Amino acid sequence: MDTAVQLVVLTLAAATPLLLAALGELVTERSGVLNLGVEGMMLTGAVCAFIACVKTGSPWLGVAAGAVAGAGLAAIFGVLVLTLTANQVASGLALSLFGVGLSAFAGLDYVSAVVDGIRPLAIPGLTTLPVVGPLLFGQNPLVYVALVLLVAIQWMLHRTHAGLVVRAVGESPESADAIGYNVLAIRYGCVLFGGACAGVAGAYLSLAYTPMWSENMTAGRGWIALALVVFATWKPWRVLAGAVLFGGVTLAQFQAQAAGVDVEPQLLAMLPYVATIVVLAIISRNPMLILRNAPASLGRPFRPDR
Amino acid sequence: MIRRILPAAAVAAAALLALPSLAQAPAKAPLKIGFVYVSPLGDAGWTAQHDMGRREMEKALAGKVVTQYVENVPEGPDAERVIRELAQAGNQLIFTTSFGYMNPTLKVAAQFPNVHFEHATGYKTAPNVGIYNARYYEGRYLAGMVAGRMTKTNVAGYVAAFPIPEVVMGINAFARGMRAVNPKAEVKVVWTSSWYDPGKERQAADTLISQGADVLTHHTDSTAVVQAAEAKKVYAIAYHSDMAKYGPHAQLTAVTHHWGDYYTKRAEAQLAGTWKPDNVWGGIKDGFVSLAPFNPVVPKDVQDAVNKAKADMVAGKLAAFAGPIKDNEGKERLPAGKTLTDDELNKMNYYVEGVQGKVPAGK
Repeated sequence: MDTAVQLVVLTLAAATPLLLAALGELVTERSGVLNLGVEGMMLTGAVCAFIACVKTGSPWLGVAAGAVAGAGLAAIFGVLVLTLTANQVASGLALSLFGVGLSAFAGLDYVSAVVDGIRPLAIPGLTTLPVVGPLLFGQNPLVYVALVLLVAIQWMLHRTHAGLVVRAVGESPESADAIGYNVLAIRYGCVLFGGACAGVAGAYLSLAYTPMWSENMTAGRGWIALALVVFATWKPWRVLAGAVLFGGVTLAQFQAQAAGVDVEPQLLAMLPYVATIVVLAIISRNPMLILRNAPASLGRPFRPDR
Repeated sequence: MIRRILPAAAVAAAALLALPSLAQAPAKAPLKIGFVYVSPLGDAGWTAQHDMGRREMEKALAGKVVTQYVENVPEGPDAERVIRELAQAGNQLIFTTSFGYMNPTLKVAAQFPNVHFEHATGYKTAPNVGIYNARYYEGRYLAGMVAGRMTKTNVAGYVAAFPIPEVVMGINAFARGMRAVNPKAEVKVVWTSSWYDPGKERQAADTLISQGADVLTHHTDSTAVVQAAEAKKVYAIAYHSDMAKYGPHAQLTAVTHHWGDYYTKRAEAQLAGTWKPDNVWGGIKDGFVSLAPFNPVVPKDVQDAVNKAKADMVAGKLAAFAGPIKDNEGKERLPAGKTLTDDELNKMNYYVEGVQGKVPAGK
């Protein structure tokens, strides 16, 4: 029982950066904008969060700085693709490369710094309860932030007027524009939100999961987050499922190795990716699933004619 | 690739000019020495230790050498270009510090017969290319002794990158060190299939802890394993560098690399005109590998026992791989009275007694 609880806690800890980044990207894509720069925004968020934490001593100010930095990078992207209607794919890729370099440069003087970071909750009397203790009261605070964000986005997108408008902009910006919504402003908002989420995902890595800064420490998690959005067919709950699956399979293969299961680790290392591809392939077998769920204007620039 | 050629040469030259002693200095210009690093400098890890060696050499031979380095050079076509640039820039001695630089180094060396090259961890030499490496496994054995005495669960966790002989050798030496002081000790290995991925290293460490390991060590490049141990209140033995500041309570000691003396010696040989290509595999005795200061939680008798074993190793009385050696399936790999040869070490593809599981693709 204890091991099972441990596994759930570890899986959630591994899934959180993916969940945070993918949720942000989901909102961005739901408004019709494809931002491939998640990896760059995560790294920039990670380094800025780390620097802010070193400078101020407050990890939560660090998280805020990570969010601002991620949104800042997203703002550059926004100017390029929304105002200047540049190609979204090319701009997003460029943003990723830019973020990798920028974060390495900004973090040069901080590779040897040590921070306390954000520690898992430890509430006397509660965290030590069997089963529910570690699950409800023993995780890293940012894990709860990610889960709350998930519920909030699910609710916002599907139960509120604002969410309806975001989806309308993503499906048919022309119609939304015709009935008086400012498509560009709404898209800017979603792009910035996506950037902030990626920044917080980076902050989780550099302040909570592995409290350190080193170049390229996200090691490709931004790209996984992008894949998860398609995997989830643009539905928030499924993003959680995907992130848990991905984090869980990685962990499960480590568990199998440590337990002495005789399988090649190279094969096991492929598993999370294979699992993701298999599910993607199954989803794509039914074109309606993708067609029905993908925001219809995804990746298409919109220029209001007034 | 982000290349930052340190203007060290320029700075050093400027500093020299400012020195009045230059008047008496020989008219000969200082020896230019170049370094190629595979990763960013960082604060801890493989490249950090090589750079520490470079700085030690620069200090020991102050005024006689100027150094220049290029960091974060991928193993591939870029490496060849960088090495050639260093040779063209007038460096007389060039250290290339990663396995994948082997062929680029040889290729450039053929074009610059008057420049001397030293390649770390490779196996091919040439009239102007020497190779050097360290017997990391000797440090692993000593670290294993510490782990064997400090574990309460009798299980150590080992986070490893790729199942190549160098890594397998380290795992086996560690297990033998543990078993030497604790016959019940077991080592669990998790392969991350990556030299550097802090998140994965953290997951692997967490996994090993959840399966009962209370001492962790790693053959990967980040500080994540030591940090995981610190967070979960278990022990850790760091690798490459002393990582005590990342795990002040967790780190018992660290198996550390030291290249400074070697770099100084080779530079001196180059200055004296006696440089010859060599094949050096230095261990504890030569100071290539060492242990970081013990954590105060390590009892005095354990520290003494490890220090004695270290002295025995230096004196040639103790070898990490002295027979009898049995693999973990019970097969005898080496009879008593013998010691594994370097060639046998470099082909090691089995786990010794005390390590759980099987070497991936080990036949």
